[in-house]
Amino acid sequence: MKNLKTVLGVGILAVASFFAIAADHIDAPAVQGGTSDITDFYAFQGEDTNNLVFVANLQGLLSPSSTGDATFSENVLVEINIDNSGDNVEDLVIQAIARDGKMYFFGPVAPSQTGLNSTIQTNASASGVVDITSYDSSATIANNAGMSFFAGPRDDPFFMDFAQYSAIIGGTATGFNNPGADTFAGSNVMSIVIEVPKAMIGGLGTINTWVETKTK
Amino acid sequence: MKNLKIFTLAITVSFLVFNCSNNDDDDPTMISGPDFSGTYIQADQMGRPAVNTVFVSSSSKDMFNITIPSEQNAAFQSMFEANLLGLSPAYANPGDQNALMLDAATFTGLLATDVLNVSLDGTTTFYDGTNVLTGRALADDVITVELLLIFGGEDFSENPTLSNDNVSSNDKPFLVSFPYLASPW
Repeated sequence: MKNLKTVLGVGILAVASFFAIAADHIDAPAVQGGTSDITDFYAFQGEDTNNLVFVANLQGLLSPSSTGDATFSENVLVEINIDNSGDNVEDLVIQAIARDGKMYFFGPVAPSQTGLNSTIQTNASASGVVDITSYDSSATIANNAGMSFFAGPRDDPFFMDFAQYSAIIGGTATGFNNPGADTFAGSNVMSIVIEVPKAMIGGLGTINTWVETKTK
Repeated sequence: MKNLKIFTLAITVSFLVFNCSNNDDDDPTMISGPDFSGTYIQADQMGRPAVNTVFVSSSSKDMFNITIPSEQNAAFQSMFEANLLGLSPAYANPGDQNALMLDAATFTGLLATDVLNVSLDGTTTFYDGTNVLTGRALADDVITVELLLIFGGEDFSENPTLSNDNVSSNDKPFLVSFPYLASPW
């Protein structure tokens, strides 16, 4: 089984170099394989249903042996954008950036400018900081002003038979197998998890949200 | 390594103190925290799962990542529609729709603006049989939902070998409580 996984792992890497990988893993040439590569984004109601949880995952397909060496770059700003007025322009952002073993969070706060360029909103009244959890430790969680924060390696929650999808798109297969094989089984990501009271991001109704990485 | 870091920190601190005592201005920014200055420029972005991967042509993937959502529809909807028809030619038939009753133009019009719609009023799911696009939970089988909407036709019955990858759950159970994601392998 170990051997099979190793063989599969090599297969994944070979495939990845030819195809962009879902969900957003290795999606585009300029970011793939780097510290700014977003793999996935989730937004869901928290265990406390008054809260919403945002998950931003980076740096996909980390094998267990390489996860201990993976780090958040201090030059990569992770920004969760929240539009609560229906125009797909961010009204609020939550920013996360690493400094010396800690992940700092700013917001939710109205950004000083929308769009492709950002400065870090150190003026935000809402903020937090958490020690980045190391590979061999249990999760370190910080709480502040009703919010919760985590940053560190986690199992990649994404699942898909990407290898077979690639074979179909590549013309070497005509359909999926049953059962399929989860291409992302046994791999890790660098994860940022933020739980915020819904009251801080609009309270009611529907928001539009997306995550960005921005580099210095 | 730890010792080295502490040693470096000690030197840095003493250097700062030294600086302070030798500069006779009373600059309050002297007490230094982390440096958060500067401008950060967009590299990657994502709203819904697999959108850039599936619907954006190879030569445009970087451009898609640096086009703001409010401008994505105008820039990319026609490319999305062409790529959808390439994947699933049935969409070209007059009146053809998916199970959300969206034809090719409407479906790709929705997807081209790559934001995740999230309800603050209750169930949050990509699709659970009842609720549609009210969020994205960890356990949502988003790929099968997308395959069904691309290949499954009006009632999810078309192209059964293409509309489900038959991987419907994660390889580790999720946690009930924060941080919800499973510990690393």
